[in-house]
Amino acid sequence: MIQKSTTLTIDGAEVAFTEGETLYEVAQRARRPIPTLCYDPRLEPFGSCRLCVVQVEGVRNPVASCTTPAAAGMVVHTSTEAIEHHRTTLLELVVSENRQVDVDPLRGYASQELTTLVDRYQARTGRFAGAQSGTSHSEDDNPFILRDYDLCISCNRCVRVCAEREGDYAIAAGGRGFQKQITTEFDSILKDSSCTFCGQCVQTCPTGALADKKALRAADIEEPIEKTRSVCPYCGVGCAVDLMTKGEQLVGIQPAMDGPANEGALCVKGQFAFDFVQHRDRLKQPLVRGVDGQLHETDWDTALDRAAEGFRQVADKHGRHAIYGVASGRTPSEADYCMQKFIRRGYGTHYIDNCSRA
Amino acid sequence: MSNPLVDMEKPDVIFCIGTNMTECHPVAATRLKKAVANGAKLIVADPRRIALAEMSDLYLPLRVGSDVALLLGMAHVIEREGLVDDAFMHERTAGFEEYLEHVRQFTPQWAESITGVPAADIEQAARWYGAAERGAIYYTLGITEHICGVDNVQSLCNLALMTGHIGREGTGINPMRGQNNIQGAGDAGAVPSNYPGFQAVDQPDNQAKFEKLYGRPMDAEKGITKVRALEGAGEHIFAMLIDGENTLVSDPDRKHCERALNALEHLVVIDIFLTETAELADVVFPATSWAETDGVSTNTERRIQRLRQAVPPPGQAKPDWWIISQIAQRLGFDGFEYSSAKDVFNELCSLSPIYAGLDWDRIEHGQYQWPVPHKDHPGTPILHQGEFKNGRGLFKVISYRDPAETISEEFPIWLTTGRRLQSYHTRTQTGRAQGIEYLLSEERLEIHPEDIASWGLKDGQWCRLSSARGSVEICVRATDRSPRGTVFASFSFNDVPINILTGSGYDPITETAELKVCPVRIEAL
Repeated sequence: MIQKSTTLTIDGAEVAFTEGETLYEVAQRARRPIPTLCYDPRLEPFGSCRLCVVQVEGVRNPVASCTTPAAAGMVVHTSTEAIEHHRTTLLELVVSENRQVDVDPLRGYASQELTTLVDRYQARTGRFAGAQSGTSHSEDDNPFILRDYDLCISCNRCVRVCAEREGDYAIAAGGRGFQKQITTEFDSILKDSSCTFCGQCVQTCPTGALADKKALRAADIEEPIEKTRSVCPYCGVGCAVDLMTKGEQLVGIQPAMDGPANEGALCVKGQFAFDFVQHRDRLKQPLVRGVDGQLHETDWDTALDRAAEGFRQVADKHGRHAIYGVASGRTPSEADYCMQKFIRRGYGTHYIDNCSRA
Repeated sequence: MSNPLVDMEKPDVIFCIGTNMTECHPVAATRLKKAVANGAKLIVADPRRIALAEMSDLYLPLRVGSDVALLLGMAHVIEREGLVDDAFMHERTAGFEEYLEHVRQFTPQWAESITGVPAADIEQAARWYGAAERGAIYYTLGITEHICGVDNVQSLCNLALMTGHIGREGTGINPMRGQNNIQGAGDAGAVPSNYPGFQAVDQPDNQAKFEKLYGRPMDAEKGITKVRALEGAGEHIFAMLIDGENTLVSDPDRKHCERALNALEHLVVIDIFLTETAELADVVFPATSWAETDGVSTNTERRIQRLRQAVPPPGQAKPDWWIISQIAQRLGFDGFEYSSAKDVFNELCSLSPIYAGLDWDRIEHGQYQWPVPHKDHPGTPILHQGEFKNGRGLFKVISYRDPAETISEEFPIWLTTGRRLQSYHTRTQTGRAQGIEYLLSEERLEIHPEDIASWGLKDGQWCRLSSARGSVEICVRATDRSPRGTVFASFSFNDVPINILTGSGYDPITETAELKVCPVRIEAL
């Protein structure tokens, strides 16, 4: 009895659900793909793009699956001919409003969503004349976030992520219809708003209207984008990130939506302050101090011998308690482990610390 | 943290003290914002009117260095109004009778006289936290960087113990760690008091274990902290191996630090840039950076995650573990024949009880929070459930002490230091990231607008800021984030070396410097 009261039927299959789930969430679990544009699983459902509509038996008009709660005994069809026709028409309308559909995937995590759907539904028909509903803010000279609103489809994901996830409320939607614009308070540039440049709006934008300016610097590099999962190098929260590379170049960062500590969130440092890695100031060779008192580049053998010899001499002259190791809270744990082992295995002391006292 | 980050969305009362979380741990702060949006009450105690204070339900603007007094006043109210969790205290703690007797003398009115926070607000904070179903405490360096840092932490523990806000979902004592792997550095044993996995060096069985593992006699006594080592440079410390720390800029009392490093006979620095500290070294080794090396880091909630190499290192740069192991091998130390980070990490797991259930492959997806005592263990998101590690939670009787230096005729203004959202520490990294300059290009001394006027200054003017240890020149910014009589600057910019001023005193137990309190004088330039 209990089992029966918590199931519904999706495309002929009986599926269990828990109270509070939406039809969209149940369909996702049942691997019935439903297209969306205004949906981000981290945000409250919004129900504006209407792509996720499904047919529920006994209900006259199709309903938005992202906002409709699952109910016992519902019989749902996610992909009827009428629904698919409706979705194609909607996408044709969306395309008619946009300057450009194909955008560089460097623009952001979700930037290919519209392109992918338009291709799946073959919606590049030019059936509608349309008019652009957003105006790009080329005057905003911030180095991080491109505000290319000519590509905006008014899905409000940027506004919602800023409010619901970040609590910053830096941007809002103003106007209606073709006059609708995503703006800041007083229509200013982002720097003069409460924007913290966390980049969350960029990463949720499904059309690339908001884009990662730093990553786009690598748009002309021919090689494909590869992603490597790692952890942000800054504070102790431990946000999981994907490092985007083209060949041997680190070109950008995207948040890991399944990162256990951050669940897709990042801050300005984790999102945009990555390029110290390949900065020209990086040390590339060992250095030793010469008789002239200056540091000079040398080979590894010379430098390692010199380093070891110095410790040997100090230990011989002053004893094993004259040597001290300082490990780092910035290196991986293997470096810290080796440092403490160097001191303990080498000298039998506990003359070892890290930078946590400063 | 005693509790995981996801728990930040679950308390009904949140008490943040000495944490500028929206700037220093912004992603964690987003969880607090959600909790507040869902109806949790937020109490914020901080000398500065930071962003967290702006979103709080109750803001307690305490004078720098007066945390113990505030917390005693709150404990007094919790005891007086019967908001203590008797069952919890009897079942799980020890020393509560003496502690409750102790706090009876510290009325909120007394606390107001020390902290400057109105007694009524102290009472309100105590009532909310004391009566909460799930009360959680979050703190950062605003609690620890004082001569009474340990007392501050212990005072917070007392509050959690007397109310039973520990060992359950959505509660706890939660320090936010400031560096990506500072937790891992402690886990790995890079501290003077513990072998890897927090095994105390002064326990004979641990000593015997590591003598066998490392094949040599080990000291039975704790080592000395870095603070003492720098003090002893040229006297009894003559060589240092420093990995990935810009000691000179990040540590207190910069002049003292420079003298110390120069007094060494041998200094070896491993880093990714030629930092101010590396410039003083006899040998500098180029290390691989983040994104260029495989490894492991532990976050503030004790979560162990893998770092992965995405790009090749520049020139001849090598991983830190390899460099240290090579020096060790050239000194004839055995046990350093590692061929990968995986080898090193697996050795760490094999001798640390808190990592005993882990190895390189098991942490692939970052799902474990230590302790993980054996292979079938799921990890420990919430500490102290059912039982404390050492049996009972111990109350400590704490009394208020003044900071090492207090304001005087010569130095009449409180300086407190900290960090800013857009820069990280000494800017060796963020200072080299394109675009950060657009958001934050220089350091400014934050002063209350009325103080600016009454001290004969103007917004944007340069001034000389002096303490008992030295002077720096800095540009002034008017902001009511600073309270009257207290000014703020970060230590990020090398051209405004704020740590020339700091270093008035150290906590006697941790030897952490009192970086949050420094009496200064300001002169217009």
